[in-house]
Amino acid sequence: MKKFFLATAAVAALTAGASAQDVKIGISMGYTGPLESMAPDITNGAELAIKEVNDSGNLLDGANVTSVQGDNTCADAAASVATVERLVTSERVNGIMGGMCSGETIASLERVAVPNGMVMISPSATSPALSDIEDQGYFFRTSPSDARQGEVMTDIMMSRGVDNAAVTYTNNDYGKGLAEAFKRFYEEAGGTVTIMAAHDDGKADYSAEVAALAAAGGDALVVAGYVDQGGSGIVRGALDSGAFDTFVFPDGMISQALVDRFGTELSSSFGQNPSAEGEGRETFVANAEAAGFDGNAAFAAEAYDATALMLLAMQAAKSSDPKVYKDQVMNVANAPGEPIMPGELGKALELLAAGTDIDYVGATSVELVGPGESAGIYREVDFPDGTINVVKIH
Amino acid sequence: MDIANALVAILNFVVIPAAAYGSQLALGALGVTLIYGILRFSNFAHGDTMAFGTAMVILLTWALQAMGVSLGPIPTALLALPFGIALTAALVLMTDRWVYRHYRRVRADPIVLVMASVGVMFVMNGLTRLVIGVEEIRFDDGARFIISVQQFKAWSGLAEGLSFRTTQAITLIVAALSCWALFRFLNRTRSGKAMRAYSDNEDLALLSGIDPERVVRMTWIIATALAVMAGTLYGLDKSFKAFNYFQILLPIFAAAIVGGLGSPTGAVAGGFIIAFSEVAVTYPWKKIAGYLFPTWQPDGLLQLLSTEYKFAVSFVILIVVLLFRPTGLFRGKSV
Repeated sequence: MKKFFLATAAVAALTAGASAQDVKIGISMGYTGPLESMAPDITNGAELAIKEVNDSGNLLDGANVTSVQGDNTCADAAASVATVERLVTSERVNGIMGGMCSGETIASLERVAVPNGMVMISPSATSPALSDIEDQGYFFRTSPSDARQGEVMTDIMMSRGVDNAAVTYTNNDYGKGLAEAFKRFYEEAGGTVTIMAAHDDGKADYSAEVAALAAAGGDALVVAGYVDQGGSGIVRGALDSGAFDTFVFPDGMISQALVDRFGTELSSSFGQNPSAEGEGRETFVANAEAAGFDGNAAFAAEAYDATALMLLAMQAAKSSDPKVYKDQVMNVANAPGEPIMPGELGKALELLAAGTDIDYVGATSVELVGPGESAGIYREVDFPDGTINVVKIH
Repeated sequence: MDIANALVAILNFVVIPAAAYGSQLALGALGVTLIYGILRFSNFAHGDTMAFGTAMVILLTWALQAMGVSLGPIPTALLALPFGIALTAALVLMTDRWVYRHYRRVRADPIVLVMASVGVMFVMNGLTRLVIGVEEIRFDDGARFIISVQQFKAWSGLAEGLSFRTTQAITLIVAALSCWALFRFLNRTRSGKAMRAYSDNEDLALLSGIDPERVVRMTWIIATALAVMAGTLYGLDKSFKAFNYFQILLPIFAAAIVGGLGSPTGAVAGGFIIAFSEVAVTYPWKKIAGYLFPTWQPDGLLQLLSTEYKFAVSFVILIVVLLFRPTGLFRGKSV
């Protein structure tokens, strides 16, 4: 008898928890795995947006938003599919903020989210492959595709008169995707890629790669790698052997560690990384600090924007059903409408309830283009005297 | 002039880097092969012994630098090296006392010792990270280049540059000296002969009055000295990162096996074979061909294999050697 009561109480609690009023957001991140150090702050970004919406009480006539986390491991596609499956079928979330890495995002999107009609908004998956995936309108991302970066990099190199370059990339989805996108744009613009040489991270010796790159030649070397991994090993070898003295660095290479390591040896090199400037960004960093985390952490701002967009789209569609609100995501993200900064989610919800159009700007100046991904604002940098110098914004 | 350019390009991008890398592998493989020949097991902890020893050398280098000691153009780490070897040898002898001695006494199968060494590897692995962390550390000081590209071009007037780093020169010299000393020790001294006797036939050596524990101790000390030297030279030449020393274990074992496990000459030869094959097989010959045959302009890169496959090269050599000469090129023990 006692057991029966307990069971009844449990069932009652469950049904109460899943009442139509409530909105549940799944957060699919790699809490274990190669990017485990980044996952906590990305989650904090998402939680900040949820807290702001709950504090305002304006979402869908006072719906309460809760979140549930799932570990997608970043590296293991099968684990990610199982996690997202759990979020969709047993947790019954209304939308997913994730995935984290390109490979597992593609797998969980194709095998779980699209067949089940679930919206996924990723803050950090940048592979060009996600641009033309069959997503039936369920996938968005607040980070730009690396294809866009390839285009920006081509523009910068052409404007500097570099039309002949060797390319080395780290042997994974990020490096390969970026390198191939760059090659496509660069050759369209009339440039010549002399060699595409992969390098593996964390290896003992890069003489072979440097020798191959040097033999192929070129005015500059594009290093699509990581600064604390093989990318720096290649740059060191190329500088020492006199193979190249001009390098082009994408986002994985540009950091303080790069100039600390090579200092004035990079005087003729340049590169680009996603811009982190503007009023929205500053407001977000201040709000994050008040909430007790670092708003400058990689992809935390993108996660805030991803979550905010999802909740605002629900409000615009007057429904938390992903099949309905997916059509509103682009509308709330883009002009025309009232611009919305971080910290103004309450106001945005009110405006939407009143039927006014909004243009969500957020922490990363969100502008969704094409298949629902961030347009991508990059800054061009160079290193004239051993420091990072911003040349201009693209 | 074109022939000179072609020669300089090959020297700069293939011969010098591969020779330096080959010496580092050879020193590592010598340690592995000694342990295999005398203690009769493959020591998987060798890579992490290199890492731990290098970590000790780095700490001592920092201490020396803080005291204002320097060797001028030569890296301070060379001064710290003997002390680093002593500290690491003490630790390695302790692992022998606590772990391997027991298995020797019960005459365990070699595979049991191999598994024990995997355990030691994980402990050393953690210890190194506790002591010095996982970050990348550069600890080379003094002059960076003996010949830099600009100097060489100004001097020779050639289109191709040549660079020869101080660390590469030191690597080659130290490796050559320690090989010479090791071979002399093994062939000429009483202790060296005792070690070889123990390696050839343990029971006969015991009968003729050789103290086995002494042989074992000496083997560990020499292997550790070789490991710490290899690790320090590698760290000076590239940079220190604990994880990379785990990675370098593979080419070291490949070198020792190709040369013939248990054969010191084989270890040295194997180190150079692996290093040169990694660099040379993936080298695009387009530029060289351009210098040698100015009238012939090839469209492709004239590259045999792309660089992704450079690790495959050493394993293909390994498989071919094991298939046709299971004891290695220099008649070591069969695996």
